[in-house]
Amino acid sequence: METTGQEMLKAAEQAEYDHLVQKVMPKPPYVKHALAAFAVGGAICVIGQLFFNWMQSMGMTIQNANAMTAVIMIFLGALFTGLGLYDKLGTFAGAGSIVPITGFANVIVASAIEFKKEGYIFGVGAKIFSIAGPTLLFGFTAAVVVGLIKFLLIL
Amino acid sequence: MAVVKKRGMQTVEFRNPPVIASWSSTVGIKEAAGPWGQEFDWVMPDYLLGEKTWEQAESKMMQQTVLNALGKQGLIASDAELLLAGDLLNQIISSNFAARELSIPFLGLYGACSTMAQSMLLGSMLIDGDYFKRVVAAAGSHHYSAERQYRVPVEQGVQPALCSQWTASAAGAVVLQDAGDGPRVTSATVGRVIDLNQKDAANMGAAMAPAFVDTLCIHLADMGRSPDDYDLILSGDLGSVGMELAGEMLVKRGWPEVGFVDCGVMLYQGQTDVNAGGSGCGCSAAILCGPLLKRVAAGEYGRVLLISTGALMSPTSSWQGESIPAVAHAVAIEKP
Repeated sequence: METTGQEMLKAAEQAEYDHLVQKVMPKPPYVKHALAAFAVGGAICVIGQLFFNWMQSMGMTIQNANAMTAVIMIFLGALFTGLGLYDKLGTFAGAGSIVPITGFANVIVASAIEFKKEGYIFGVGAKIFSIAGPTLLFGFTAAVVVGLIKFLLIL
Repeated sequence: MAVVKKRGMQTVEFRNPPVIASWSSTVGIKEAAGPWGQEFDWVMPDYLLGEKTWEQAESKMMQQTVLNALGKQGLIASDAELLLAGDLLNQIISSNFAARELSIPFLGLYGACSTMAQSMLLGSMLIDGDYFKRVVAAAGSHHYSAERQYRVPVEQGVQPALCSQWTASAAGAVVLQDAGDGPRVTSATVGRVIDLNQKDAANMGAAMAPAFVDTLCIHLADMGRSPDDYDLILSGDLGSVGMELAGEMLVKRGWPEVGFVDCGVMLYQGQTDVNAGGSGCGCSAAILCGPLLKRVAAGEYGRVLLISTGALMSPTSSWQGESIPAVAHAVAIEKP
């Protein structure tokens, strides 16, 4: 299709404006954000590790201690979301509090709290995984693919 | 013979400029903590107002703001002939449900954050057109109902972008009349929908700035005025990023010295967690019905121009990769 002069003019105007927007956009304080994410994300992992070491020292197998650590960290993420504190941590830490398993608990519980107003079926039931859903879907898919590869390699 | 009130391309000049006989503003606790906190009529004690949902609270806020505006003249809901109102929620439920309780004949509007100027513009036309004698124009928004609709659940921990804006929990209502004392709406410009292909829903200032510039330039051309003819020009909620962009664009359009202030920047001045500033229908509504009209009524400003800007996207259009169209409407208000 032939581009008309008007379309070219519009494209040029948009490109010029894009350039201006890029120039004016405030730059995030990357170093500060990275340090905050490192400190908070690291602290969450250290807490998890302390639970793990403690349970192992109490005589738990590595496999069980792993599973129990995940359960405890998810509980803590959910608890602090319910107390209205995790969102404040998230504003400060960014990826530092989203990436660990506690962040996963946060998005699920935050959705549950928010959509409870629409009832247990169409609210909590339908929307609890509205944010976490993609992680679950693609996480499960990846697990199946990796499992299949492992299965085929063993054959 | 009928009198032509249209000026130029998109502007109307009122023959008998409607009077803003009374007005009222409502804000939340966060908005009241800003520099204009003392200027608002009602500071909501919390964000739920004894209701079960944010949406119900928003509707109650709208309803009470309309009653407060009428009450300043000793009027009740049934004294108003028409209510023009809008908000940000799907199917404008806050306004619809407020209108149900108020029982005033109602026309619901959607102009996103431009709704305050949009409702005043239409109300003024209906009064100067001799159809009605008393019209209430109102707009409102609620931070938490907007968050859950447009962004993420309230308790989710996210780090907002520096260009993002904080939807104000605020409302404003004006009572427009054919007679009475108060500031007058003398002219108004209906904006065009402008889209310069901005797609970042976290950067609404960039989407709205071109619409603001377009409406401002057309208003000035239509009225044969220069920015100096106004004591104050206010943009709705461009935020600091949109303001800077609009300033740059005005230089290119040949208006290098246009000074304007932004309601979104004003509302939360000094609060850093709002990033680029405030937004939402209630933002320009509260600034108009709080500090601004008071000063125009007192004669501190002779003529002001309010240009409320609205980003016309929805979560669906954003997910489908559409760019963000924006509109800006202007109302010129003069001292009594």
